[in-house]
Amino acid sequence: MTVAADPRLTIHPASDSNTRVDLEVIAQLVEPGSRVLDVGCGNGELLQLLAETRGVDGRGIELSQKGVNGCVARGLSVIQGDADRDLVYYTDQSFDYVILSQTLQATQAPKEVIKHLLRIGRRVIISLPNFGHYGFRLQILFRGRMPVSKFLSYSWYDTPNIHFCTIRDFIELTKEPDVNAEMEKAMALNAWGQKMWLNAPWWFWNLFGEQAVFVLKGRLSHPASSG
Amino acid sequence: MTGTTNPDQVDDALELARRREAETPSSRVERFGPDRALMLDCGDVLDHWQIAYQTYGTLNADKSNAVLICHALTGDQHVHNTHPVTAKPGWWNLMVGPGKPIDTDRFFVICANVLGGCLGTTGPASINPATGRVYGLDFPVVTIPDMVRSQVALVDHLGIKQLFLVIGGSMGGMQVLDWAAHWPDKVFAAMPIATGARHSSQNIAFHEVGRQAVMADPDWRGGRYDEAGISPKKGLAVARMAAHITYMSELSLHQKFGRRLQDREAITFGFDSDFQIESYLRHQGTSFVDRFDANSYLYVTRAMDYFDLAAEHGGVLAKAFAGTKTRFCVMSFTSDWLFPTVQSREVVHALNAAGASVSFSEIVSDFGHDAFLLDEPEMLAIARGFINSAARARGLGATP
Repeated sequence: MTVAADPRLTIHPASDSNTRVDLEVIAQLVEPGSRVLDVGCGNGELLQLLAETRGVDGRGIELSQKGVNGCVARGLSVIQGDADRDLVYYTDQSFDYVILSQTLQATQAPKEVIKHLLRIGRRVIISLPNFGHYGFRLQILFRGRMPVSKFLSYSWYDTPNIHFCTIRDFIELTKEPDVNAEMEKAMALNAWGQKMWLNAPWWFWNLFGEQAVFVLKGRLSHPASSG
Repeated sequence: MTGTTNPDQVDDALELARRREAETPSSRVERFGPDRALMLDCGDVLDHWQIAYQTYGTLNADKSNAVLICHALTGDQHVHNTHPVTAKPGWWNLMVGPGKPIDTDRFFVICANVLGGCLGTTGPASINPATGRVYGLDFPVVTIPDMVRSQVALVDHLGIKQLFLVIGGSMGGMQVLDWAAHWPDKVFAAMPIATGARHSSQNIAFHEVGRQAVMADPDWRGGRYDEAGISPKKGLAVARMAAHITYMSELSLHQKFGRRLQDREAITFGFDSDFQIESYLRHQGTSFVDRFDANSYLYVTRAMDYFDLAAEHGGVLAKAFAGTKTRFCVMSFTSDWLFPTVQSREVVHALNAAGASVSFSEIVSDFGHDAFLLDEPEMLAIARGFINSAARARGLGATP
């Protein structure tokens, strides 16, 4: 892999000090006492939050050395690896929740990753940046340049975020026959990571949501396919 | 080598010191009789045996702060003190000591010479009580699980029900994995470093080269060299030279030596050590024979070759760790080609499949396999973080 830094941390360059609001949103979706795998867990902020507030038995996967060191020092169980390569080794339905927070867009094969997540977890929580946000649309429309924001600060040629999608794109992906996920919950978050108006139609979220959080459940049966 | 005024005398003094350490070590030693006989994997029983060990720090009242360090192939129990034969500093002073990741102000640290070794624990250089002669090849072939059984006896003897941490690199890491697999209730936390759950074909091949070098030396005399007052120094030195290459990386050899010449301006068109790397390897070989017994080298390399933790579980490594409550921290190094990262990942995947609590890190390092012995800041940082968090979980108090 050429992705050097943890994409989640780099998406939020100024977010080290306080718990990110979107992490709290995710934490509230997790049943207390459950078993959780956080894929791309960064420095372990979410896992620690889950351990402290929801009493979960958490595990993490993280690519960066800095992130792994931070997690181990917090007493978290974290494996250095990445979503594209290492998910295959996890057994079917071995976690209550698998969380992929702000990481999908940095994977090589997002669809394969999602299929693995649905296989490994009874429920899958995915948060992602929404490329359909009006700010991005305006940048392309008026500047004719690839969008760059404070939130996604890389230029097109050096970004670790190689597979962007909009909220609508993602929803379509979950409906594809070989994914076939049940959408249990969905919500859009505004620029401050707060939940947006719940009854808003999809087009509204897709235009104004800066991030989205989904809770998915697999419908496909998964024969013991992993080692 | 050259430069010493009276090399024969020095060699003899070292040789004598080494032989003395094999039977009456300068470290602590426990001797066990038939009531604590050691059952070996090969079917033999050692009913008179001893284990030599060092300790550092103080065992707390409830005996919950004990750390067992397992040493590598040619290591020994002198992890944090001056070596009794070579007078060199402890081999893991970077990891062990006051304020170090394995903090001797907080933990009671134990390190024992392995079974089959030559620094005080029973091995081929020990006296066979049945014959009164040195064992030599009459010593039964021992395994990694046998080594661990001997350590279990020692830990029991010290009244320790559960070790807070078992840690080791390379062959030491094999022992850590064996402890965790066969004695899970006795291990709170485990750190296997630069190791694997089985010895690879390539690793067995290198060991075989080393053993053949020892046995090809006429001074080996079928393993009975001791009685003739000699030892197969040339063969053992060659074995060490070959092995030492596998402990380094191509990059580290290149950076350290390149093609630089040794004390000369030009090549000599001969077979003297023209290159620095040759001189270095020769030094590694000759200094090794002063402190290590040739037969021990055969036995301990064999123990590594035989190690295959999954074998007793039909090849399914995860079953070796089923139901484990031990927390693991596994580390490998990018430039280690003796125990490459893929072998550590196998262990990690098995631990994952067993539902174990496991952390894993592949440390970027140019030092090759030996990185675990060297100043590798990321390794030391992870060890510190893992040990401190495990100590909190074990109720061993805050970091001082």
